[in-house]
Amino acid sequence: MPEVIPDDSVGLVTPQTFHCDTPLTLRSGRVLSQYDLVYETYGELNASKTNAILICHALSGDQHAAGYNSMDDSKPGWWDNAIGPGKPIDTTRFFVVALNNLGGCSGSTGPTSINPDTGKPYGPDFPIVAVRDWVSSQAELADHLGIQRWAAVVGGSLGGMQVLRWSIQFPQRIANAVVVASAPKLSAQNIAFNEVARQAIAKDPDFHDGNYLEHGTIPKVGLTQARMLGHLTYLSEDAMRQKFGRDLREGKLNYSFAPEFQVESYLHYQGEKFSTRFDANTYMLMTKALDYFDPSADYDHDLVKCLSNAQCKFLLVSFTTDWRFSPARSKEIVNALMEADKDVSYACIDSDGGHDAFLLDNPRYHAVLSAFMNRIANRLEAQA
Amino acid sequence: MSPTTLQSLRPDLAIIQEWIQPNSQVLDLGCGEGTLLQFLSEHKNVRGYGLEINPDKITAAIANGVNVVEQDLNNGLYNYKDNSIDTVVMTQALQAVQRPDELLDEMLRVGDEAIVTFPNFGHWRTRMYLALKGRMPMSETLPHKWYDTPNIHLCTVSDFEELCQQKNIRILSKTVVDDHHQEHWAIRLWPSLLGEIAVYHLTRRS
Repeated sequence: MPEVIPDDSVGLVTPQTFHCDTPLTLRSGRVLSQYDLVYETYGELNASKTNAILICHALSGDQHAAGYNSMDDSKPGWWDNAIGPGKPIDTTRFFVVALNNLGGCSGSTGPTSINPDTGKPYGPDFPIVAVRDWVSSQAELADHLGIQRWAAVVGGSLGGMQVLRWSIQFPQRIANAVVVASAPKLSAQNIAFNEVARQAIAKDPDFHDGNYLEHGTIPKVGLTQARMLGHLTYLSEDAMRQKFGRDLREGKLNYSFAPEFQVESYLHYQGEKFSTRFDANTYMLMTKALDYFDPSADYDHDLVKCLSNAQCKFLLVSFTTDWRFSPARSKEIVNALMEADKDVSYACIDSDGGHDAFLLDNPRYHAVLSAFMNRIANRLEAQA
Repeated sequence: MSPTTLQSLRPDLAIIQEWIQPNSQVLDLGCGEGTLLQFLSEHKNVRGYGLEINPDKITAAIANGVNVVEQDLNNGLYNYKDNSIDTVVMTQALQAVQRPDELLDEMLRVGDEAIVTFPNFGHWRTRMYLALKGRMPMSETLPHKWYDTPNIHLCTVSDFEELCQQKNIRILSKTVVDDHHQEHWAIRLWPSLLGEIAVYHLTRRS
Protein backbone atom coordinates (compact mmCIF):
# COMPACT_ATOMS: atom_id res chain seq x y z
CA MET A 1 0.00 0.00 0.00
CA PRO A 2 1.47 3.43 -0.91
CA GLU A 3 1.32 5.60 2.20
CA VAL A 4 2.13 8.54 -0.03
CA ILE A 5 1.87 8.53 -3.79
CA PRO A 6 5.37 9.08 -5.26
CA ASP A 7 5.96 12.31 -7.21
CA ASP A 8 6.72 10.44 -10.41
CA SER A 9 3.48 8.45 -10.25
CA VAL A 10 0.36 9.25 -12.25
CA GLY A 11 -1.38 8.95 -8.87
CA LEU A 12 -4.85 7.56 -8.24
CA VAL A 13 -6.66 6.56 -11.40
CA THR A 14 -10.17 5.32 -12.05
CA PRO A 15 -10.88 2.95 -14.93
CA GLN A 16 -13.55 4.01 -17.40
CA THR A 17 -15.78 1.95 -19.68
CA PHE A 18 -16.43 2.53 -23.37
CA HIS A 19 -19.53 0.75 -24.60
CA CYS A 20 -19.42 0.10 -28.34
CA ASP A 21 -22.68 -0.60 -30.18
CA THR A 22 -21.04 -0.93 -33.59
CA PRO A 23 -20.94 -4.66 -34.39
CA LEU A 24 -17.44 -6.05 -34.81
CA THR A 25 -16.91 -8.79 -37.38
CA LEU A 26 -14.03 -10.88 -36.11
CA ARG A 27 -11.29 -12.59 -38.08
CA SER A 28 -13.05 -15.90 -37.37
CA GLY A 29 -16.17 -14.59 -39.11
CA ARG A 30 -18.19 -14.40 -35.90
CA VAL A 31 -19.71 -11.08 -34.91
CA LEU A 32 -19.72 -9.32 -31.56
CA SER A 33 -22.87 -7.17 -31.75
CA GLN A 34 -21.75 -4.96 -28.87
CA TYR A 35 -18.96 -4.90 -26.34
CA ASP A 36 -17.34 -2.98 -23.51
CA LEU A 37 -13.72 -1.88 -23.30
CA VAL A 38 -12.34 -0.85 -19.93
CA TYR A 39 -9.52 1.68 -20.09
CA GLU A 40 -7.46 4.09 -18.03
CA THR A 41 -5.93 7.38 -19.15
CA TYR A 42 -2.97 9.33 -17.77
CA GLY A 43 -1.97 12.90 -18.63
CA GLU A 44 -3.98 15.35 -20.69
CA LEU A 45 -5.03 15.31 -24.32
CA ASN A 46 -3.82 18.53 -26.02
CA ALA A 47 -6.18 20.85 -27.90
CA SER A 48 -5.30 19.41 -31.30
CA LYS A 49 -5.56 15.84 -29.91
CA THR A 50 -2.16 14.90 -31.32
CA ASN A 51 -0.33 13.78 -28.18
CA ALA A 52 -2.11 10.48 -27.52
CA ILE A 53 -0.19 7.28 -26.85
CA LEU A 54 -1.84 3.86 -26.91
CA ILE A 55 -0.38 1.16 -24.66
CA CYS A 56 -1.08 -2.41 -25.81
CA HIS A 57 -0.85 -5.08 -23.13
CA ALA A 58 0.69 -8.55 -23.35
CA LEU A 59 -0.72 -11.95 -22.42
CA SER A 60 -1.68 -11.30 -18.82
CA GLY A 61 -1.81 -7.50 -18.76
CA ASP A 62 -4.79 -5.20 -18.46
CA GLN A 63 -5.88 -1.56 -18.48
CA HIS A 64 -4.09 -0.79 -15.23
CA ALA A 65 -0.69 0.16 -16.65
CA ALA A 66 0.28 2.91 -14.20
CA GLY A 67 -0.61 4.53 -10.89
CA TYR A 68 -2.93 3.18 -8.23
CA ASN A 69 -6.63 2.39 -8.27
CA SER A 70 -6.86 2.84 -4.52
CA MET A 71 -4.67 3.67 -1.55
CA ASP A 72 -5.03 -0.01 -0.56
CA ASP A 73 -3.26 -1.27 -3.70
CA SER A 74 -0.16 -3.27 -2.80
CA LYS A 75 1.59 -2.21 -6.02
CA PRO A 76 1.11 0.15 -8.95
CA GLY A 77 0.08 -0.74 -12.53
CA TRP A 78 2.08 -3.22 -14.60
CA TRP A 79 4.22 -0.67 -16.47
CA ASP A 80 4.42 2.03 -13.81
CA ASN A 81 8.23 2.26 -14.14
CA ALA A 82 7.87 3.57 -17.71
CA ILE A 83 4.69 5.68 -17.52
CA GLY A 84 4.44 8.80 -15.36
CA PRO A 85 5.69 12.36 -14.93
CA GLY A 86 9.31 12.50 -16.15
CA LYS A 87 9.35 8.79 -17.02
CA PRO A 88 10.10 7.49 -20.56
CA ILE A 89 6.43 7.81 -21.49
CA ASP A 90 6.08 11.21 -19.87
CA THR A 91 2.53 11.96 -18.77
CA THR A 92 3.29 15.68 -18.48
CA ARG A 93 3.70 15.68 -22.27
CA PHE A 94 1.55 12.79 -23.50
CA PHE A 95 -2.02 11.62 -23.04
CA VAL A 96 -1.68 7.89 -22.42
CA VAL A 97 -4.47 5.37 -23.01
CA ALA A 98 -4.26 1.79 -21.72
CA LEU A 99 -7.08 -0.70 -22.13
CA ASN A 100 -8.07 -4.26 -21.38
CA ASN A 101 -8.41 -6.12 -24.65
CA LEU A 102 -11.50 -7.96 -25.83
CA GLY A 103 -11.58 -11.43 -24.36
CA GLY A 104 -9.80 -10.17 -21.25
CA CYS A 105 -10.88 -10.67 -17.67
CA SER A 106 -10.37 -7.22 -16.13
CA GLY A 107 -13.66 -5.63 -17.13
CA SER A 108 -13.71 -5.62 -20.93
CA THR A 109 -16.12 -8.00 -22.64
CA GLY A 110 -14.73 -11.50 -22.39
CA PRO A 111 -15.57 -15.06 -21.40
CA THR A 112 -16.80 -14.06 -17.92
CA SER A 113 -19.18 -11.41 -19.34
CA ILE A 114 -22.86 -12.07 -19.85
CA ASN A 115 -23.74 -13.03 -23.41
CA PRO A 116 -26.72 -10.74 -24.27
CA ASP A 117 -28.19 -13.50 -26.46
CA THR A 118 -28.37 -16.10 -23.68
CA GLY A 119 -28.30 -14.11 -20.47
CA LYS A 120 -25.48 -16.39 -19.24
CA PRO A 121 -21.70 -15.92 -19.18
CA TYR A 122 -20.04 -16.55 -22.55
CA GLY A 123 -17.59 -19.02 -21.03
CA PRO A 124 -15.95 -21.15 -23.74
CA ASP A 125 -18.43 -19.80 -26.30
CA PHE A 126 -16.69 -16.43 -26.36
CA PRO A 127 -15.34 -16.10 -29.91
CA ILE A 128 -11.64 -16.55 -30.47
CA VAL A 129 -10.30 -13.06 -31.05
CA ALA A 130 -7.26 -12.24 -33.21
CA VAL A 131 -4.74 -9.44 -32.86
CA ARG A 132 -6.43 -7.60 -35.75
CA ASP A 133 -9.75 -7.73 -33.86
CA TRP A 134 -8.11 -6.06 -30.87
CA VAL A 135 -6.70 -3.38 -33.16
CA SER A 136 -10.12 -2.82 -34.75
CA SER A 137 -11.71 -2.40 -31.31
CA GLN A 138 -8.87 -0.11 -30.21
CA ALA A 139 -9.61 2.06 -33.27
CA GLU A 140 -13.24 2.32 -32.09
CA LEU A 141 -11.95 3.47 -28.71
CA ALA A 142 -9.73 6.05 -30.46
CA ASP A 143 -12.79 7.36 -32.35
CA HIS A 144 -14.70 7.56 -29.07
CA LEU A 145 -11.87 9.61 -27.51
CA GLY A 146 -11.64 11.86 -30.59
CA ILE A 147 -8.14 10.65 -31.44
CA GLN A 148 -7.66 10.60 -35.20
CA ARG A 149 -3.99 9.58 -35.08
CA TRP A 150 -1.90 8.18 -32.24
CA ALA A 151 1.42 9.97 -31.65
CA ALA A 152 2.65 6.46 -30.85
CA VAL A 153 1.35 2.97 -30.22
CA VAL A 154 3.54 1.10 -27.75
CA GLY A 155 3.64 -2.53 -26.65
CA GLY A 156 5.83 -5.43 -25.59
CA SER A 157 5.53 -9.11 -26.51
CA LEU A 158 1.92 -9.77 -27.60
CA GLY A 159 1.49 -5.99 -27.20
CA GLY A 160 4.22 -5.45 -29.80
CA MET A 161 2.24 -7.62 -32.21
CA GLN A 162 -0.71 -5.26 -31.82
CA VAL A 163 1.60 -2.32 -32.59
CA LEU A 164 2.80 -4.03 -35.79
CA ARG A 165 -0.79 -4.74 -36.74
CA TRP A 166 -1.71 -1.06 -36.18
CA SER A 167 1.06 0.01 -38.54
CA ILE A 168 -0.34 -2.03 -41.43
CA GLN A 169 -4.07 -1.97 -40.62
CA PHE A 170 -4.38 1.77 -39.96
CA PRO A 171 -1.21 3.30 -41.48
CA GLN A 172 -2.74 6.81 -41.41
CA ARG A 173 -3.65 6.60 -37.75
CA ILE A 174 -0.25 5.88 -36.18
CA ALA A 175 2.73 8.25 -36.32
CA ASN A 176 5.19 6.13 -34.37
CA ALA A 177 5.40 2.45 -33.43
CA VAL A 178 7.33 1.07 -30.45
CA VAL A 179 7.64 -2.73 -30.66
CA VAL A 180 9.44 -4.30 -27.68
CA ALA A 181 10.53 -7.95 -27.26
CA SER A 182 8.19 -9.14 -29.97
CA ALA A 183 8.19 -11.24 -33.15
CA PRO A 184 6.61 -11.17 -36.63
CA LYS A 185 4.98 -14.53 -35.77
CA LEU A 186 5.47 -17.29 -33.20
CA SER A 187 7.93 -20.10 -33.77
CA ALA A 188 6.93 -23.77 -33.51
CA GLN A 189 8.63 -23.85 -30.09
CA ASN A 190 6.52 -20.94 -28.88
CA ILE A 191 3.27 -22.49 -30.14
CA ALA A 192 4.29 -25.74 -28.42
CA PHE A 193 4.75 -23.97 -25.06
CA ASN A 194 1.30 -22.42 -25.45
CA GLU A 195 -0.27 -25.78 -26.23
CA VAL A 196 1.23 -27.40 -23.12
CA ALA A 197 -0.22 -24.53 -21.07
CA ARG A 198 -3.64 -24.88 -22.69
CA GLN A 199 -3.65 -28.64 -22.17
CA ALA A 200 -2.80 -28.21 -18.49
CA ILE A 201 -5.93 -26.08 -18.17
CA ALA A 202 -8.16 -28.21 -20.41
CA LYS A 203 -7.27 -31.45 -18.57
CA ASP A 204 -8.07 -30.00 -15.14
CA PRO A 205 -11.31 -31.79 -14.00
CA ASP A 206 -12.56 -28.43 -12.71
CA PHE A 207 -12.37 -26.93 -16.23
CA HIS A 208 -15.58 -28.65 -17.44
CA ASP A 209 -14.81 -27.83 -21.09
CA GLY A 210 -14.66 -24.17 -20.14
CA ASN A 211 -18.05 -24.16 -18.37
CA TYR A 212 -16.51 -23.96 -14.89
CA LEU A 213 -18.55 -20.90 -13.89
CA GLU A 214 -21.78 -22.88 -14.32
CA HIS A 215 -20.29 -25.65 -12.19
CA GLY A 216 -19.12 -23.22 -9.52
CA THR A 217 -15.48 -24.28 -9.90
CA ILE A 218 -12.27 -22.78 -11.26
CA PRO A 219 -9.51 -24.89 -12.88
CA LYS A 220 -6.98 -23.67 -10.36
CA VAL A 221 -4.57 -26.57 -10.75
CA GLY A 222 -4.46 -26.30 -14.54
CA LEU A 223 -4.10 -22.53 -14.53
CA THR A 224 -1.33 -22.79 -11.93
CA GLN A 225 0.58 -25.26 -14.10
CA ALA A 226 0.06 -23.14 -17.21
CA ARG A 227 1.44 -20.08 -15.45
CA MET A 228 4.37 -21.98 -13.94
CA LEU A 229 5.40 -23.10 -17.42
CA GLY A 230 4.83 -19.65 -18.91
CA HIS A 231 6.66 -17.85 -16.13
CA LEU A 232 9.63 -20.17 -16.42
CA THR A 233 9.98 -19.36 -20.13
CA TYR A 234 9.97 -15.63 -19.38
CA LEU A 235 13.08 -15.91 -17.18
CA SER A 236 16.67 -16.41 -18.27
CA GLU A 237 18.83 -19.24 -16.99
CA ASP A 238 21.30 -16.71 -15.58
CA ALA A 239 18.62 -14.84 -13.66
CA MET A 240 17.26 -18.07 -12.20
CA ARG A 241 20.75 -19.19 -11.17
CA GLN A 242 21.38 -15.87 -9.47
CA LYS A 243 17.99 -15.69 -7.80
CA PHE A 244 17.63 -19.29 -6.62
CA GLY A 245 20.68 -21.33 -7.49
CA ARG A 246 20.11 -24.71 -5.87
CA ASP A 247 18.97 -23.18 -2.59
CA LEU A 248 16.77 -25.44 -0.48
CA ARG A 249 13.73 -24.21 1.44
CA GLU A 250 14.65 -26.09 4.60
CA GLY A 251 18.37 -26.19 4.07
CA LYS A 252 18.41 -29.97 3.64
CA LEU A 253 17.07 -32.67 1.34
CA ASN A 254 13.88 -34.33 2.65
CA TYR A 255 13.72 -37.20 0.19
CA SER A 256 10.13 -36.32 -0.69
CA PHE A 257 8.27 -35.10 -3.77
CA ALA A 258 7.07 -31.90 -2.14
CA PRO A 259 8.76 -28.72 -3.37
CA GLU A 260 12.22 -28.63 -1.78
CA PHE A 261 14.19 -26.22 -3.93
CA GLN A 262 13.50 -22.50 -3.67
CA VAL A 263 12.89 -22.30 -7.40
CA GLU A 264 10.08 -24.84 -7.04
CA SER A 265 8.27 -22.94 -4.32
CA TYR A 266 8.76 -19.68 -6.24
CA LEU A 267 7.06 -21.12 -9.31
CA HIS A 268 4.26 -22.60 -7.20
CA TYR A 269 3.71 -19.21 -5.58
CA GLN A 270 3.64 -17.39 -8.94
CA GLY A 271 1.30 -19.97 -10.46
CA GLU A 272 -1.13 -20.00 -7.56
CA LYS A 273 -1.23 -16.21 -7.30
CA PHE A 274 -2.08 -16.04 -11.00
CA SER A 275 -4.71 -18.77 -10.83
CA THR A 276 -6.85 -16.77 -8.43
CA ARG A 277 -6.73 -13.53 -10.42
CA PHE A 278 -6.90 -14.69 -14.03
CA ASP A 279 -9.68 -16.34 -16.01
CA ALA A 280 -8.79 -19.68 -17.61
CA ASN A 281 -10.83 -19.10 -20.77
CA THR A 282 -9.10 -15.75 -21.23
CA TYR A 283 -5.74 -17.51 -20.94
CA MET A 284 -6.82 -19.98 -23.63
CA LEU A 285 -7.94 -17.11 -25.89
CA MET A 286 -4.85 -14.95 -25.42
CA THR A 287 -2.47 -17.81 -26.22
CA LYS A 288 -4.52 -18.59 -29.35
CA ALA A 289 -4.23 -14.95 -30.47
CA LEU A 290 -0.46 -15.29 -30.07
CA ASP A 291 -0.36 -18.53 -32.08
CA TYR A 292 -2.52 -17.17 -34.91
CA PHE A 293 -0.63 -13.90 -35.34
CA ASP A 294 1.13 -13.81 -38.71
CA PRO A 295 0.34 -10.61 -40.61
CA SER A 296 2.57 -11.63 -43.52
CA ALA A 297 0.20 -14.52 -44.30
CA ASP A 298 -2.06 -12.08 -46.17
CA TYR A 299 0.93 -10.92 -48.25
CA ASP A 300 2.26 -14.20 -49.69
CA HIS A 301 4.13 -14.71 -46.41
CA ASP A 302 6.39 -11.83 -47.40
CA LEU A 303 7.04 -9.62 -44.38
CA VAL A 304 8.59 -6.87 -46.53
CA LYS A 305 5.45 -6.65 -48.65
CA CYS A 306 3.33 -6.79 -45.51
CA LEU A 307 5.11 -3.81 -43.94
CA SER A 308 5.36 -1.79 -47.14
CA ASN A 309 2.07 0.02 -46.40
CA ALA A 310 3.29 1.25 -43.03
CA GLN A 311 3.95 4.98 -42.80
CA CYS A 312 5.07 5.43 -39.21
CA LYS A 313 8.54 5.59 -37.69
CA PHE A 314 9.49 2.40 -35.84
CA LEU A 315 11.53 1.69 -32.72
CA LEU A 316 12.32 -1.94 -32.01
CA VAL A 317 13.89 -3.16 -28.79
CA SER A 318 14.99 -6.66 -27.78
CA PHE A 319 16.85 -8.16 -24.81
CA THR A 320 19.96 -10.34 -24.97
CA THR A 321 18.71 -13.16 -22.70
CA ASP A 322 15.13 -13.28 -24.03
CA TRP A 323 14.84 -16.75 -25.55
CA ARG A 324 11.04 -16.74 -25.84
CA PHE A 325 11.11 -13.69 -28.18
CA SER A 326 14.79 -13.61 -29.03
CA PRO A 327 16.69 -10.62 -30.51
CA ALA A 328 16.84 -12.52 -33.81
CA ARG A 329 13.03 -12.29 -34.05
CA SER A 330 13.09 -8.51 -33.58
CA LYS A 331 15.88 -8.29 -36.13
CA GLU A 332 13.65 -10.08 -38.67
CA ILE A 333 11.20 -7.20 -38.35
CA VAL A 334 14.01 -4.61 -38.49
CA ASN A 335 15.49 -6.15 -41.64
CA ALA A 336 12.09 -6.29 -43.34
CA LEU A 337 11.44 -2.65 -42.43
CA MET A 338 14.82 -1.56 -43.84
CA GLU A 339 14.18 -3.50 -47.02
CA ALA A 340 10.79 -1.81 -47.26
CA ASP A 341 12.61 1.53 -46.85
CA LYS A 342 10.83 2.46 -43.61
CA ASP A 343 12.17 4.62 -40.80
CA VAL A 344 13.41 2.25 -38.11
CA SER A 345 15.79 2.21 -35.16
CA TYR A 346 16.74 -0.87 -33.19
CA ALA A 347 18.48 -1.50 -29.89
CA CYS A 348 19.35 -4.87 -28.34
CA ILE A 349 19.56 -4.30 -24.60
CA ASP A 350 22.03 -6.21 -22.43
CA SER A 351 19.88 -7.67 -19.66
CA ASP A 352 19.68 -10.90 -17.67
CA GLY A 353 15.92 -10.46 -17.29
CA GLY A 354 14.86 -12.82 -20.08
CA HIS A 355 11.54 -12.03 -21.77
CA ASP A 356 10.34 -10.32 -18.59
CA ALA A 357 13.00 -7.63 -19.17
CA PHE A 358 10.50 -5.63 -21.20
CA LEU A 359 8.66 -4.87 -17.96
CA LEU A 360 11.76 -4.15 -15.89
CA ASP A 361 13.48 -0.87 -15.12
CA ASN A 362 16.72 -1.18 -17.11
CA PRO A 363 18.65 2.11 -17.46
CA ARG A 364 19.67 1.60 -21.10
CA TYR A 365 16.22 0.34 -22.13
CA HIS A 366 14.57 3.36 -20.55
CA ALA A 367 17.18 5.74 -22.03
CA VAL A 368 16.42 4.44 -25.53
CA LEU A 369 12.67 4.63 -24.94
CA SER A 370 13.02 8.17 -23.50
CA ALA A 371 15.13 9.33 -26.46
CA PHE A 372 12.52 8.10 -28.94
CA MET A 373 9.51 9.41 -27.00
CA ASN A 374 11.11 12.78 -26.19
CA ARG A 375 11.80 13.39 -29.85
CA ILE A 376 8.12 12.76 -30.60
CA ALA A 377 7.08 15.15 -27.84
CA ASN A 378 9.59 17.81 -28.95
CA ARG A 379 8.23 17.77 -32.48
CA LEU A 380 4.62 17.91 -31.29
CA GLU A 381 5.37 20.82 -29.00
CA ALA A 382 7.27 22.65 -31.78
CA GLN A 383 4.20 22.33 -34.02
CA ALA A 384 1.80 23.56 -31.35
CA MET B 1 17.55 18.38 -32.03
CA SER B 2 18.89 21.65 -33.46
CA PRO B 3 19.42 21.63 -37.23
CA THR B 4 22.92 20.86 -38.48
CA THR B 5 25.03 23.32 -40.46
CA LEU B 6 27.98 22.71 -42.76
CA GLN B 7 30.17 24.84 -40.48
CA SER B 8 29.38 22.70 -37.44
CA LEU B 9 30.17 19.46 -39.29
CA ARG B 10 33.43 17.64 -38.53
CA PRO B 11 35.75 18.56 -41.42
CA ASP B 12 36.17 15.01 -42.76
CA LEU B 13 32.37 14.67 -42.79
CA ALA B 14 32.19 18.01 -44.61
CA ILE B 15 34.40 16.54 -47.34
CA ILE B 16 32.36 13.33 -47.49
CA GLN B 17 28.99 15.04 -47.81
CA GLU B 18 30.12 16.66 -51.07
CA TRP B 19 30.53 13.19 -52.59
CA ILE B 20 26.98 12.11 -51.74
CA GLN B 21 24.25 12.79 -54.29
CA PRO B 22 21.06 14.56 -53.21
CA ASN B 23 17.99 12.31 -52.81
CA SER B 24 20.16 9.20 -52.65
CA GLN B 25 20.25 6.43 -50.04
CA VAL B 26 23.13 6.06 -47.61
CA LEU B 27 24.23 3.37 -45.17
CA ASP B 28 26.61 4.74 -42.52
CA LEU B 29 28.70 2.01 -40.85
CA GLY B 30 29.68 3.05 -37.33
CA CYS B 31 27.41 6.09 -37.56
CA GLY B 32 28.10 7.30 -34.01
CA GLU B 33 25.50 9.85 -32.95
CA GLY B 34 24.23 10.09 -36.52
CA THR B 35 25.66 13.56 -37.25
CA LEU B 36 26.41 12.84 -40.92
CA LEU B 37 23.03 11.20 -41.58
CA GLN B 38 21.22 14.04 -39.83
CA PHE B 39 23.09 16.59 -41.96
CA LEU B 40 22.43 14.66 -45.18
CA SER B 41 18.75 14.29 -44.35
CA GLU B 42 18.34 18.00 -43.58
CA HIS B 43 20.41 19.39 -46.46
CA LYS B 44 20.37 16.82 -49.24
CA ASN B 45 17.12 14.94 -48.70
CA VAL B 46 19.17 11.78 -48.28
CA ARG B 47 17.48 8.75 -46.69
CA GLY B 48 19.57 6.35 -44.77
CA TYR B 49 20.37 4.04 -41.91
CA GLY B 50 23.28 4.01 -39.52
CA LEU B 51 24.76 0.89 -37.95
CA GLU B 52 26.34 1.25 -34.51
CA ILE B 53 27.19 -0.91 -31.50
CA ASN B 54 27.99 1.70 -28.84
CA PRO B 55 24.92 1.92 -26.56
CA ASP B 56 25.28 5.62 -25.69
CA LYS B 57 25.79 6.59 -29.32
CA ILE B 58 22.72 4.58 -30.35
CA THR B 59 20.63 6.46 -27.80
CA ALA B 60 22.06 9.79 -29.00
CA ALA B 61 21.36 8.92 -32.64
CA ILE B 62 17.74 8.06 -31.75
CA ALA B 63 17.48 11.41 -29.95
CA ASN B 64 18.79 13.05 -33.15
CA GLY B 65 15.98 11.43 -35.11
CA VAL B 66 18.35 9.27 -37.15
CA ASN B 67 17.53 5.68 -38.16
CA VAL B 68 20.10 3.70 -36.19
CA VAL B 69 20.28 -0.07 -36.02
CA GLU B 70 22.36 -1.98 -33.48
CA GLN B 71 24.56 -4.27 -35.55
CA ASP B 72 28.15 -5.50 -35.29
CA LEU B 73 30.08 -4.78 -38.50
CA ASN B 74 32.17 -7.90 -37.88
CA ASN B 75 29.09 -9.91 -38.88
CA GLY B 76 29.11 -8.25 -42.30
CA LEU B 77 26.13 -6.72 -44.05
CA TYR B 78 24.28 -10.04 -44.46
CA ASN B 79 20.91 -8.33 -44.08
CA TYR B 80 21.37 -6.06 -47.11
CA LYS B 81 20.81 -7.11 -50.68
CA ASP B 82 23.28 -6.55 -53.52
CA ASN B 83 23.24 -3.01 -54.93
CA SER B 84 20.48 -1.93 -52.56
CA ILE B 85 22.17 1.29 -51.37
CA ASP B 86 23.68 4.19 -53.33
CA THR B 87 26.57 4.98 -50.99
CA VAL B 88 27.94 3.00 -48.05
CA VAL B 89 30.02 5.22 -45.73
CA MET B 90 32.45 4.14 -43.03
CA THR B 91 34.40 6.81 -41.15
CA GLN B 92 37.26 5.81 -38.87
CA ALA B 93 36.15 2.21 -38.39
CA LEU B 94 37.98 0.24 -41.10
CA GLN B 95 41.02 -0.25 -38.87
CA ALA B 96 38.85 -1.49 -35.98
CA VAL B 97 37.04 -4.37 -37.69
CA GLN B 98 38.27 -7.97 -37.73
CA ARG B 99 38.52 -8.24 -41.53
CA PRO B 100 38.76 -4.83 -43.24
CA ASP B 101 39.25 -6.51 -46.64
CA GLU B 102 36.03 -8.53 -46.34
CA LEU B 103 34.05 -5.57 -45.07
CA LEU B 104 35.28 -3.50 -48.01
CA ASP B 105 33.92 -6.21 -50.32
CA GLU B 106 30.65 -6.13 -48.41
CA MET B 107 30.39 -2.34 -48.72
CA LEU B 108 30.77 -2.53 -52.49
CA ARG B 109 28.44 -5.52 -52.78
CA VAL B 110 25.64 -3.61 -51.06
CA GLY B 111 26.52 -0.13 -52.29
CA ASP B 112 27.15 1.32 -55.70
CA GLU B 113 29.81 3.52 -54.14
CA ALA B 114 31.70 3.48 -50.86
CA ILE B 115 33.39 6.19 -48.84
CA VAL B 116 36.06 5.15 -46.35
CA THR B 117 38.18 7.16 -43.95
CA PHE B 118 40.97 5.79 -41.76
CA PRO B 119 44.03 7.03 -39.86
CA ASN B 120 47.11 6.92 -42.12
CA PHE B 121 49.76 4.85 -40.29
CA GLY B 122 52.34 6.11 -42.80
CA HIS B 123 52.19 9.71 -41.53
CA TRP B 124 55.69 11.11 -40.91
CA ARG B 125 55.12 11.53 -37.19
CA THR B 126 54.05 7.88 -36.84
CA ARG B 127 57.12 6.80 -38.81
CA MET B 128 59.41 8.92 -36.63
CA TYR B 129 57.77 7.71 -33.42
CA LEU B 130 58.49 4.08 -34.25
CA ALA B 131 61.94 4.81 -35.70
CA LEU B 132 63.18 6.97 -32.82
CA LYS B 133 61.36 5.57 -29.78
CA GLY B 134 61.08 1.97 -30.90
CA ARG B 135 57.54 1.91 -29.46
CA MET B 136 54.11 1.54 -31.05
CA PRO B 137 53.15 5.03 -32.20
CA MET B 138 50.60 7.05 -30.26
CA SER B 139 49.17 10.40 -31.30
CA GLU B 140 46.08 12.58 -31.11
CA THR B 141 44.52 10.42 -33.85
CA LEU B 142 45.80 7.17 -32.32
CA PRO B 143 45.60 7.73 -28.56
CA HIS B 144 45.51 4.06 -27.39
CA LYS B 145 48.21 1.74 -26.08
CA TRP B 146 49.10 -1.27 -28.25
CA TYR B 147 47.29 -3.69 -25.95
CA ASP B 148 43.99 -1.88 -25.53
CA THR B 149 43.61 -0.20 -28.89
CA PRO B 150 40.44 -0.85 -30.90
CA ASN B 151 42.57 -0.15 -33.99
CA ILE B 152 43.68 -3.70 -34.71
CA HIS B 153 44.29 -3.34 -38.46
CA LEU B 154 46.15 -0.09 -39.03
CA CYS B 155 47.41 0.57 -42.54
CA THR B 156 49.11 3.24 -44.56
CA VAL B 157 47.73 5.08 -47.57
CA SER B 158 49.97 2.91 -49.79
CA ASP B 159 48.76 -0.33 -48.14
CA PHE B 160 45.16 0.67 -48.72
CA GLU B 161 45.68 1.59 -52.36
CA GLU B 162 47.40 -1.73 -52.96
CA LEU B 163 44.39 -3.56 -51.49
CA CYS B 164 42.05 -1.58 -53.74
CA GLN B 165 44.17 -2.49 -56.76
CA GLN B 166 44.14 -6.20 -55.84
CA LYS B 167 40.37 -6.12 -55.50
CA ASN B 168 39.79 -4.13 -58.70
CA ILE B 169 38.28 -1.32 -56.70
CA ARG B 170 38.37 1.99 -58.53
CA ILE B 171 39.31 5.11 -56.57
CA LEU B 172 36.92 7.86 -57.69
CA SER B 173 38.61 10.46 -55.55
CA LYS B 174 40.76 10.72 -52.46
CA THR B 175 42.01 13.29 -50.09
CA VAL B 176 44.05 13.34 -46.93
CA VAL B 177 43.70 15.74 -44.06
CA ASP B 178 45.71 16.51 -40.93
CA ASP B 179 44.60 15.63 -37.43
CA HIS B 180 42.44 18.71 -37.34
CA HIS B 181 40.80 17.37 -40.50
CA GLN B 182 42.17 20.26 -42.58
CA GLU B 183 43.50 19.97 -46.08
CA HIS B 184 46.79 21.71 -46.83
CA TRP B 185 48.83 22.18 -50.03
CA ALA B 186 51.75 20.27 -48.57
CA ILE B 187 49.54 17.29 -47.74
CA ARG B 188 48.40 17.17 -51.34
CA LEU B 189 52.06 16.92 -52.42
CA TRP B 190 53.06 14.15 -50.01
CA PRO B 191 49.79 12.52 -48.91
CA SER B 192 51.30 9.29 -47.60
CA LEU B 193 53.76 11.25 -45.44
CA LEU B 194 51.73 14.27 -44.34
CA GLY B 195 48.11 13.11 -44.28
CA GLU B 196 46.88 11.85 -40.92
CA ILE B 197 43.36 10.94 -42.02
CA ALA B 198 42.81 9.37 -45.42
CA VAL B 199 39.44 9.82 -47.15
CA TYR B 200 38.61 7.60 -50.15
CA HIS B 201 35.66 7.50 -52.54
CA LEU B 202 35.44 4.05 -54.16
CA THR B 203 33.43 1.99 -56.62
CA ARG B 204 33.53 -1.30 -58.51
CA ARG B 205 31.56 0.25 -61.36
CA SER B 206 33.65 0.35 -64.53
